Formats: sequence, C-alpha cells, structure tokens
Amino acid sequence: MSAAKVVGSFVEAVADIEDRATLIVGGFGLCGVPEKAIAAVAQKGVRELTVVSNNCGVDDFGLGVLLANGQIARMVASYVGENSIFEAQYMSGELEVELVPQGTLAERLRAAGAGIPGFYTATGVGTQVAEGKESREFDGRTYLLERALGGEFALVKAWRGDALGNLVYRDTARNFNPLAAMAGAVTIAEVEELVDVGELDPNQIHTPGIFVQRILVGSGYEKPIERLRVREA
Amino acid sequence: MGDRGLQAPDARTRIVARAALELREGTTVNLGIGMPTLLAAHADGLPGLLLHSENGLLGIGPYPLAGDEDPDLINAGKETVTAVAGASFFDSAESFAMIRGGHIDLAILGGMEVSEQGDLANWMVPGKMVKGMGGAMDLVAGAKRVVVIMEHRTRDGGPRVRRECTLPLTGRRVVHRLITELAVFDFPPRGAMTLVELAPGVDLEEVQHATEAHFELGAGLTGS
Repeated sequence: MSAAKVVGSFVEAVADIEDRATLIVGGFGLCGVPEKAIAAVAQKGVRELTVVSNNCGVDDFGLGVLLANGQIARMVASYVGENSIFEAQYMSGELEVELVPQGTLAERLRAAGAGIPGFYTATGVGTQVAEGKESREFDGRTYLLERALGGEFALVKAWRGDALGNLVYRDTARNFNPLAAMAGAVTIAEVEELVDVGELDPNQIHTPGIFVQRILVGSGYEKPIERLRVREA
Repeated sequence: MGDRGLQAPDARTRIVARAALELREGTTVNLGIGMPTLLAAHADGLPGLLLHSENGLLGIGPYPLAGDEDPDLINAGKETVTAVAGASFFDSAESFAMIRGGHIDLAILGGMEVSEQGDLANWMVPGKMVKGMGGAMDLVAGAKRVVVIMEHRTRDGGPRVRRECTLPLTGRRVVHRLITELAVFDFPPRGAMTLVELAPGVDLEEVQHATEAHFELGAGLTGS
C-alpha cells in the first residue's frame, strides 16, 4: 500500500497536471526548489497555470523556465525582484500577479492544509494589501482577514524521504516546502535520497507522509547559488 | 570601526556605523536585504545576539569560507551564509510566527520614503519597479522595534523624509527610529517626529533644508 506513493518517473508524477491547474511550489529563491518536477511541467507544456510560490525563480532556472515558456497566466508570490522576464510580463499585463506578504503567504498555505478557511493578521493594514479585505479590531488593534490558499497540486523538494511520503529537509532548503505540502490536494515530493521505511527517525520528520501523495527520487541536482558570498580565511 | 565608520566619506558607511549602535546583547534581530545586511558584521562581538533570517534560520553566522558554501544554507537576501552554534532551522510559517508573534526584538530595514507619521514605503515604485514586499510588511507589523536606515535624499536630491509618503506603503505608523547620514529621528507613540541626533559635522540647518517632514527638536538640540 505504501509503495503506491512511489512513482517511477517525473513524467508520470506530473502526468495529470493539466492546463489551468493551480500549482503550489516550495522553495525560497533557488534554495529548496523542486527543480525536477518543474522541469517535467516545462516539458509537458501545460499552459495558463496559476503558480503560488514565494519567488518565481530566475530567468533561466526554476519557475523562471515556466515563465519564459509562457506557461504561467497567474502568479501569487511575495518577492519577484530577481527576474527580468517576470517584470516584463507583469508590466505588459501578460502575467496576472498577486503580491502577498511573505508571512501571510506562508500562513495562507498552512491554513489551507490545516482546515482553517481564514485568519486575521496585522500585516498589511493601511497598505494596498488591505484593499477589498474585511478588517476587524481585536484589543484595540486592526487586523485583516486573509483567506486560506490551497491548490490542486503541490511540488515540493526534500532532502530525504521514504515510501510513506515522510520528508526531512536540509537547512534553509525547508522554507515553504512543508507548507506547500500541506496546501496541495496532490502533493508531489522529490527527494535527493529515498530511504527504506523505518530508517528516518520519527522524532526528526518535518513533513509527515500524510501530506504527500507521490514521491520520487531526483538525481543530479543542480542547486545553483543565487548570490555566492564567502569570507577571507 | 564605530568611530571611524561614523566619519567615513561614504554616506552608506556612516549610516551602517550609526545603525550598529542599535544592536544589543542578548536580543534577536532581523536585518533586511541590502544596506541592513551589512550590519551582520557588527553583530559578531555582541554576546547572545541572534540574527533571524525569515527564510528559516535563527542564528546566522558569517559568510562561509570559499569552498565551504552550501546552496541549502542561505539568508533572506539569497546569499550563502553559515549557521552559528545553537542555531535552528524552521519553515516559513514558523519563521513568520516569530515575526508576527512579537518574538523579534528589532527589525532594521531599508527605506525609500518615511513620513513624519512614521509610515514606511520600501517595496514598490508604480510603473517602474515591482519587486514585491517580501517579508517587509510582516516585519514592520510584528517586530517589537522597527528601525529604518536610508539615505536622506533621493539620488536626484529629492526628499525621502516626507510629510506624507508618495509611494505605496509598507506599513502605517510603524517606524520607531529613522537613521540617515545626516540625523536620527524618533517617532514616539504619542507625539510628533523628533530629531534626536545630528550626525558628526552636520548642523540643524542642513537637516532642516534636506527634510520635507516637520519635526520637533529633542533634548539638547536647539533651533538657530
């Protein structure tokens, strides 16, 4: 039964993603991005996607590839400053964009997975983000009602996983991945290492397998570094 | 470094040197992207100061040695970093629970405009630039103390310290302190924007000339 989650190829993993699907995608910048699943979606050529992700990759890597292919119609993100194709498509009106404060985005995903339809936050009060949103005062402070944000598919990347879909992330490559995993109706997890069930310490699992529907191992991760900074010895 | 930095010819170096005096032992601090990131070097010597990175790290360490860089370990500016002993990693929702929940003592952010009400604009120039707010709106709404550091005027010499912000806001009445190369201003919860320090070699007239906002004079600062 558990082995039913393990799929044989990335082509198979994304086979039922169709035009106009909503994809929730983990990663922060180029760190912890599901690069193999994104490449498979690019190859499949599905169009008019709604993509929810903190960033939109760079021009030639990560979600930037889907953007360059014209596959994304709508993007929900918090920060898109590193991508000139994004800026051009947004300015021309080709790409519909919803900018969401980063913490609100994370919580909207978590809420979707947790069965919470909305929550109140002080983030964005008095700004453009508040436009059209219900607000309410609690204990003398104003808060905005923000809605949960889920989607048909989530693409996530972890360090290690098992056939039950249990996931362990590494360092800051965790970021939005656990929340994307919670928010997707079908969550596709790619891992650097697929280990035997029982090998992961239950105390150390970050995403319990219940949030993961498909899992497969990727090989030859590029993991490009966006801004290399080093110090003198 | 402190004194020399405060006298440096470069405005940004002077701003960073002054902002470094805001860092305290035993506190948790989030440094924004750009000029605020330069403050990390000043945090080294302060016992118990932990730097928070909103992408999921509490306890940012120095940049790695060449060859030790790890693509899985970056700061919110997407730069390769290290983690100090005692650091922790977490997901973005937990990271922003720290911010939104008031667990971060101090956030130091860059700015484009600050108004005399303590409003901040730092994420968008309509029609020209769209980068997104990232975590800035969450930080100004949730951190216990918000310090903005920026150059006092635009590159064209126009005002940044304004009566009202002209750019889309990041937060309304959120700034506690503004540090520029000319001066330091505070925004008390009840009361007006107040000039509390002049930078070395800067006189009040120069600040008044460069500032569109109306402000009061703090203790020890008198009008000409």
